[in-house]
Amino acid sequence: MLTVLLRVMRRDLLLAYRRRADVAGSLAFFVIVCTLFPLGVGPEPALLRSMAPGILWVAALLASTLALGRLFAHDHADGTLEQMALSPAPLALIVAGKVAAHWLVSGLPLVLLAPVLAVQFDLSPGAAGTLAWSLLLGTPVLSLLGAVGAALTLGARGGGVLLSLLVLPLSVPVLIFGAGAAAAEPGDATAAASLLLLGGLLAASLALAPWATSSALRIALE
Amino acid sequence: MSASHTLPAARPFSGGKRWLRYAAPQAFFPLAGRLLPWLLGAALLLAAAGLYLGLLVAPPDRQQGDAYRIIFIHVPAAWLSMVIYVAMAFWAGIGLVFNTRLSSMMASALAPTGALFTFLALWTGALWGKPTWGAWWVWDARLTSELLLLFLYLGFMALQAAIDDPRRADRAGAVLALAGVVNVPVIYFSVQWWNTLHQGSSLSARGASMAPIVLQAMLVMTLALWAYAIAAVLQRLRNIVLERERHTEWVRQYLAENKR
Repeated sequence: MLTVLLRVMRRDLLLAYRRRADVAGSLAFFVIVCTLFPLGVGPEPALLRSMAPGILWVAALLASTLALGRLFAHDHADGTLEQMALSPAPLALIVAGKVAAHWLVSGLPLVLLAPVLAVQFDLSPGAAGTLAWSLLLGTPVLSLLGAVGAALTLGARGGGVLLSLLVLPLSVPVLIFGAGAAAAEPGDATAAASLLLLGGLLAASLALAPWATSSALRIALE
Repeated sequence: MSASHTLPAARPFSGGKRWLRYAAPQAFFPLAGRLLPWLLGAALLLAAAGLYLGLLVAPPDRQQGDAYRIIFIHVPAAWLSMVIYVAMAFWAGIGLVFNTRLSSMMASALAPTGALFTFLALWTGALWGKPTWGAWWVWDARLTSELLLLFLYLGFMALQAAIDDPRRADRAGAVLALAGVVNVPVIYFSVQWWNTLHQGSSLSARGASMAPIVLQAMLVMTLALWAYAIAAVLQRLRNIVLERERHTEWVRQYLAENKR
């Protein structure tokens, strides 16, 4: 079981390493979106400080949705996905490995980059720390939910836009609790409660999403 | 062994469950056609009665004057928007598990009506919010989740429209509907979760906090909208059945008989 998971992760990480430009692209997108907001709403520090958690979270949400397209598309195009579906290992486990690798290359960099961008928005170190924690708990949920959407839109017309239409409404609770935790005063009970709820969402989606994704993949492959 | 000991005549497989017969599109199609006029008639009569009670009999509200009267369309539409989503997810799930074509067609038929009622609830809510809260729209939890429900309906319809093979579209839509059904309880409990501008529910286990006549008018309107929704869904279902089964003999016969 664990061997399958690690093999799939290793393969996908290697593939991502060979196509470094893709990973850098979605990170650049994250930084650019965060840069656009001050240009749009003005350089007022107090305003930016109050908006920062929301801006960073929305940008992270968009960047992770943008990256979802390549989760299954390449494997679907060259037939690897069908081989995976035929393999004796449970497809949900393979999916979990792929999502984990995807998160490591598309979600984790966002988590590490966010505190740096938070400095641009004049957030206190404590608030930047809470933001990073909320992203650390929230971005895996986004990857897991997004995997369901990516599997459903596999082979459908208008993939990218349709994928956002399916995934964004479902990821609203993550956004609410994530930005809520980051916007609360550090050490406040609201921050802790939101982080706990994010953890709950992570646990629930970890249990359900790979299973839903694998059934969606089987529908797409038949 | 004499002939009198023979086993009783074999009964058809689903003999004990006659209602399962209607899982076949061919059997359900005429039944839906027979139900339609009754449902439409009930919708018209109930709507007339509900509007009479609500607009003419019920007294104006002490605080809101006549503005509150939009409740007679707003609340039933909001209820239906959520009920239809659950029903859609239910039929989609049944279609996914038991591989019954009609259940999946029912889910596809429910989606546009559900989206319509969600839109209606949002629109009438905006019309009601302006005189009472002073704003067309507030970012309250219940409004926001109703808007998200509309997005979920749109996503369901967009996904089904984007996949050419109808059976694949049915099953992909079912997975999406089941994933989205998590959102419906969030809408329902959001009032308790986030304490906001939106008033709490006026109906509770302790009884209604409104005049009996208002409640009666609202319930009559609810029944009217239910009857309309079922009629609209059945009509759409009939169209979907005709479209998907167009290659079968019975549809060809039906179309030949009903040619205008």
